[in-house]
Formats: sequence, structure tokens, C-alpha cells
Amino acid sequence: MSEHIKVSGLKVTAPTGDNDEVTIVDDVAFAIPRGEVLALIGESGSGKTTIALSLMGYARGGCRISSGSIRVGDTEVLSLDRSGLRDLRGRRVSYVAQSAAASFNPSKTIMAQVTEAVLIHGVASRKEAEIRAVELFRALSLPEPESIGSRYPHQVSGGQLQRLMAAMALITEPELVIFDEPTTALDVTTQIDVLLAFKRVIRERGITAVYVSHDLAVVAQMADHILVLNQGKVRELGKTAQVLKQPEDSYTQTLISAITPCRRDTGNEATTEQPLLEIRNLVAGYGRSDKNGMPAMPILKDVNLTILRGRTLGVIGESGSGKSTLARVVAGLLPAARGEVLLDGEPLPGTLAGRSKDQFRRIQIVFQNADTALNPSHSVAQVLGRPLTFYHGLKGNERERRIGAMLDLVKLPATVAGRRCGELSGGQKQRINLARALAADPELILCDEVTSALDTVVGAAILDLLVELRRELGVSYMFISHDISTVRSLCDDILVLYAGRGVEAGSRDTFQQPPFHPYTELLIDSVPELEQGWLERSRRPVAPVPLVDGVRDLELCPFLDRCPVRIAGTCDQLAPPRVVLSDGSEILCHHSEAELLLPPRDYAMAAQR
Amino acid sequence: MNLFRTLRLSGSIGLILVIFWLAVALAGPALAPHPLGEIVDYDVFLPMSSTYPMGTDYLGRDVLSRILYGARFTITIGAAAAIFAGILGTALGIFAAVSSRMVDETLSRFMDALSAIPGKILALVMIAALGSSVALLIMIIGVSYTPGCYRIARSLAVNLNQMDFVQVARARGEGRFYLARVEIFPNMIHPMLTDVGLRFVWAVLLLSSLSFIGLGMQPPDADLGSLVRENISGLAEGAPAVLMPAVAIALLTIGVNLLIDSLRGQAKTATGEV
Repeated sequence: MSEHIKVSGLKVTAPTGDNDEVTIVDDVAFAIPRGEVLALIGESGSGKTTIALSLMGYARGGCRISSGSIRVGDTEVLSLDRSGLRDLRGRRVSYVAQSAAASFNPSKTIMAQVTEAVLIHGVASRKEAEIRAVELFRALSLPEPESIGSRYPHQVSGGQLQRLMAAMALITEPELVIFDEPTTALDVTTQIDVLLAFKRVIRERGITAVYVSHDLAVVAQMADHILVLNQGKVRELGKTAQVLKQPEDSYTQTLISAITPCRRDTGNEATTEQPLLEIRNLVAGYGRSDKNGMPAMPILKDVNLTILRGRTLGVIGESGSGKSTLARVVAGLLPAARGEVLLDGEPLPGTLAGRSKDQFRRIQIVFQNADTALNPSHSVAQVLGRPLTFYHGLKGNERERRIGAMLDLVKLPATVAGRRCGELSGGQKQRINLARALAADPELILCDEVTSALDTVVGAAILDLLVELRRELGVSYMFISHDISTVRSLCDDILVLYAGRGVEAGSRDTFQQPPFHPYTELLIDSVPELEQGWLERSRRPVAPVPLVDGVRDLELCPFLDRCPVRIAGTCDQLAPPRVVLSDGSEILCHHSEAELLLPPRDYAMAAQR
Repeated sequence: MNLFRTLRLSGSIGLILVIFWLAVALAGPALAPHPLGEIVDYDVFLPMSSTYPMGTDYLGRDVLSRILYGARFTITIGAAAAIFAGILGTALGIFAAVSSRMVDETLSRFMDALSAIPGKILALVMIAALGSSVALLIMIIGVSYTPGCYRIARSLAVNLNQMDFVQVARARGEGRFYLARVEIFPNMIHPMLTDVGLRFVWAVLLLSSLSFIGLGMQPPDADLGSLVRENISGLAEGAPAVLMPAVAIALLTIGVNLLIDSLRGQAKTATGEV
């Protein structure tokens, strides 16, 4: 195998004004043999996307490729002129972006966009291009490959759109395909389908690819070689198996240990069994309410949960399952349509206006994105000082002292107090975000995806901080996440939400082994493991589950459409019962415990009989 | 002069013009060779000469002096009206954004109705009803530009109101006034300032056209618009008395426009985040 792609001494810089430059990528060199996949892995800001884009001879606005050599086949990319680059891009080197939804033009059909590159480059006729496109749709296991091209981007799902984007990149039969975080924005259960499709098409067509990702577990499934980047420099380059099993570089070791699931000691022994927050039969949503008080778009449908004092409840579900809405209802930002929320046994008023200052103080909310959760025009001292003044009436020196104490609590130096929030790093911002909640001296903190926007290593540090704070201060958390391994490592109790209903609830031990609700099982099985070949071994239903026709009753199982083990005649007719299993967890399912312990295909059979 | 160096060429030209006009507004009357109403020559509509650098007007007054005095009126009234509109529009816009739907709808529809009336017609009616004075002109021009300011302020405030940091403050139990003042307002100062800058240009044009039809500044005082009107009979002779005030209006408005436009472009590239 010859080296098909060869990069050496690549340096990308960005001028900073005063005749000075920052080096974004420094002296990067690698080679990819034909038909193999190289993964670029690193945290945000490590330069992985910059390197990937430079393979197309492109540098983002304000950056410039200052030296080095990039060879694709026999072509030196960096010496190409405008028209040479035009011939290269989209034809010989193509690109799959992270957000397919933002990369498709909503007003053109999918087929027109998928075949566009072929027609622009004059590789083939329109007819030929459409035949190729349909072949690719089939290879990427898209539904209805013959007709999906006539749809518009909003008529297909996010996972399908991502695969269509791959079809768009592959249609010119390029020599190199760049996948830039193609599954990062997807839910895990969708991600696995997309990964399977990508893997298959890469293997069948012998595609040479660069796969950019921050997720080692995903990379373990996709890549032959891994290049570990940190701050624009190569830390380690090697075969996938070697990098994962025997990482030589200390930074790689940190990365691997940060994602290795660890069970954090929650220290729940010392706490009482007294419920702090109780939610009963909660219904909430958006839009006008009808005469029964049901909102036009119900998001939460009959949710029940209890958080004991000093304990952590993990709420898990995919996007759109109502996790954030739940937090908004508890915080009082969205009034409940039905049901009640009890704080320490006392009903909590649904609207902000009805709550007392003390009720506000006891529940604090921490949002996912610290960039938008901190007012960019305020200083750190202002952000932390406000709850101190507002709830505790602190002023002057006492206030300064408490701000210092709060910063100390989240392990930030006291000097950041004078800085503006925009000047801090992502991890620091999230700590300030947390410190602001702590400044109120709360009893319950609602953490809405607090680590999702952070890099793995930084996120792990925040999780450790949460555990430590709970031990020191005895606060309870409602920890909302889409990531089951995070939830399992941090929370005492777990609630699985699907389409606004709790489908399974139990202590974290019950989430270690079956029986699970079929959705929980799908969720757990879909999380990639840091092990080569996991993707091939993952037990997935071979064919996608056909949709159930007809009008759906709100009472029916919410997971009906996607359930691989649904029982015809039962699941689509009757509301599922709430069953308490022998390990103490509660599920919403027609299946018996014995059936749920069988491998999926077998218990579908058992149910048929 | 850090600002000057970072501006583009058009912005630099704008900045120079703006500084020039500010100087004229501040020091103009002190620099004027003749008092405002003094008739200096029996010849009317004299061409440019070394005695009268911009000639004389229809009564034989020195045009340069008239412009130096007039520019002060134009700039002060225009700026005051733009600031008036900016403050009123911003305050009402934020108020609408943090208020209930009912209040927001009522206020917004009222502003829509107000902006449906052409500014000049509105000003005409108000002047006809209330008369013309400097204070009144400021108020009238200010009111006719308030709906525009309101609309921009409201849309900015509505977006900011949805931001997480405002939601956090709301969940903390903060009152509406605090949300508006501390969380929302500081984040809209910059766009509102550029908006006021542009509205100043329109205010100058509106004031000049009102004066041109005789409803603005009343004699013997004159702003740049009235100078054009009183000397309009000299147009056939190509007298500088009618051309120079018009050129002055053009230079003033173009200068401010160039500066504001390049500032806006700069703000876009400089701040990646809100």
C-alpha cells in the first residue's frame, strides 16, 4: 500500500494584528495509505478541524496555511491555484460537516443537492448522477432509497440527513473524504445507525478518510490509525489498537482515563430518607391550553419523581424527551398544566409570581451552556455577588469575602472576580455558573446538561466537583443528561424519560444489569465502548422497526414506534402497566421480567406465543 | 488615535467629517466673521470672494457666518431629537419585552400605527397645531423617530430576554425592573448607539426639509434647511448662498453615515459573541 495522503510540516497561523501571529497548528505530519481511515482526535481548540480543512487547501477566515506540504495522490494541494483548488474540492477531496441540518439548503430537494457536485464538476450526466445517488442511499441504509431524493431536508430525520450528507460527499468518488464530527450532534441511539452505515460504506468502497472527533469510543470503531492532537501539536500517532491499549503519551492517557467509566462515590449513607422534591402526575407543555387544561403541545405527560434530601436524581433521555422542560417547570419558568410539585412536602406555586424569595433560594438552576448563561456584560464579581445580595442581603466587605469563598469552593483563583465572563475558558465559565447557584445556599440544584458542552477532561473535573460539593454542602441535584454513563457514574437514582413520560425509574444499581425497559436497553447498548469491533458486535435489530399506523392514543406506550419487542395486539391497543421489578426499579411496559431478561429476538418470540 | 487606525478608508473620512462638524457646532459662532443678522453688503447673491468666502445671501448677509450659526442649530436639534427618540424607544422597547403579552401587543400596535403615518406629515400636523420652537421641533422629530427605535430595541430585548442568563435571573426571583436594567439593557447599548447615530442623519434631513418648507427654524434664526429656502431665488444665478448650505447638509449626513456604517461593520467582525 502506498501512502495516498501525505502531510508534512503543516503549520497554520492566524495574524493577531500587531504584526504578530498565533500558531494554530504546528508542524503536523502524517500519512494515510489508500483505503484506510485516520482519526484526528483532540479537545476543542486542538486544531483538528483546521487540519482537516487544510487538506482541501482551505483555511478558515483569519487563518493562513503558512508552511508545509499536503499531497493528495500526486497533487501538491498547497501549490494549486484557484481553479486547481476548485477541481480538487468536492471532487477529489470532499467534506462531511458536523451539522447536516445547517449544511442543507432547505428550499431544494435532497437529490438536487446530493448530485450538485457531480454536475458542477461535470463528472457525469444528471441521469448517471441520480443512479449513483440511489446506489449510495441504499449503501447507507436509508429508507426508500428510490424516492428519498425527491424529499426536502426538513422531511427526513437528523440521522438520515447526516447520512445523506455523506452521500453528497461520496457521489463524486473522491480520493479522500473528511468526516468532521459527523455524529456529535446526534442522539446515541441515532448515532449508532449512522456509524454502522458509514462503516459499511467505507469498507465496501475502500474509501480513504480522515475522521475528526473528540470521542475516542467512536473513533475506536471507525479508524485504522489515530492521531492525538493537543494545542495544535501531535501528541501521538499510531495504530488504533496501540493507541487505545498502550498509549505512550501522557496526554493520551489522560484522555482515555477521562472517559473510562468510573463510579463516583456518592456518599449517600449519611442522608435521610426525607423527600426534598416530589413531582406527581406532572403534565406541562407549550402553546394555548384547551378546556381540559391540556397545552396544545404537551411535552411532559404524567411524570412522577422523588428526590431525597442530599441525593442525586439523574434524568436521562434523548433530545425532545422533555428533560429541560422538567427543569423549567421545577424552577418555575414554565407553569405546570396539571399535577403538582412539592418542595419539602409543601406544594410549590407553578408561576414565578406565586413563589416566595425563600422558595426561589432553595431551588437553583444551572444551564448547559455557560456561554449564554452568564451575562457577557457583567464581571464575575457581579454575577456571584447578586445572589448574595439578593437572598442574603450581603454588602461591602462581607460580600467580597463570600465571593472569594465561592470562587474557592469551585476551585478558581480569587483573581478572576474582576474579570468579565467572556474572558474565561469554557470550564471556568461552567464553574462560575455553578458558583452562582451555590451562592444562593440552595437545597436543590437543577443541572441541565452541565457537562455536555465541555471537553471530556474538563467535564470530568466538573463532575468530580459536583460530587465534592454535595459531600461538603449536602445539596441535592437533579442531574439532567443525555449520556447514560455520566448519569450512572454520578447519580443515586435514575429516571429515564422518553417522549415526556418516565419509562423506567430506579436506583443506579438497577441500571447496571438487565432487566431493563426496552428503551433503556437500547440506550445502554447504543453507547459506544472504547473497544475496537464493538460496533460490529452490538446487537441491533437488523431491519428498522416499521412504524405503527393510525392515530395514537396518549395513553399508549410512548416507545411503541421504535420498540423492537413490541407485542402486536397488546402494545398498540392497551396502555402499558407500571411494573415494579424484583430489583426495585419501576418500568412502564407490557413485558414480564422474565421476558425482559431474554435477548431481544427471543423475547419477541416468547411474547408471540 | 487607535480608533482611527482600525477604521477603513470610508470610516476615516466619516470620522474626519464628524469631528469637523462637531467643531463647527461648538465653535462656529465664535469663528463667524459677522454677527448672525448683520447686513454686510448692499449687493445680494454675491459670488465667492476673499471678503465673503461664500458670498452674500438674498439680503446681503455673509453666508459663511450664516452657515456657521445654522450648523449649530441643525446639529443640536438633530442630535437632541435622535437621543430623545433613542431613549424613549429603548425604554419602551425593553418595557414591552419584559411585560405581559397584552402590554407588548398594545404598545407594539400603537407604535405600528404611529410609524404608518409618514414622519413629515406627522410633523406638519403637530407644528400646525402647536407652533414651532426649538424645544417643540426636538420633541416632534424625536416622536416621529421613536417607533423605529422602539422596534429595534424591542426585537433586541426580546432576543436577550430569552437568553439563559435572563432565565437564570428570572428563576432567582428577580423583578422585571432589575431584569430590564441590569441583565438586558447593558447588552443592547452598542447596537442602540449606532441606531441613534443613523437616526441623527434622518433627523437632520427631516429638520432641513421642515425648515425648507418654512415650518422649522423661524427668522432671523436659521438652520441649514432654512438657509436653502431663503436663498432659493438665487438658484438661477448659481449663487453660493443656496448651494453652500445644501453642500453642508450633504457633508454632515454623509460623514455621520460613513462613520456609523464602518463602526457597524467593525462591531460585526470584532465580537464573535453577543
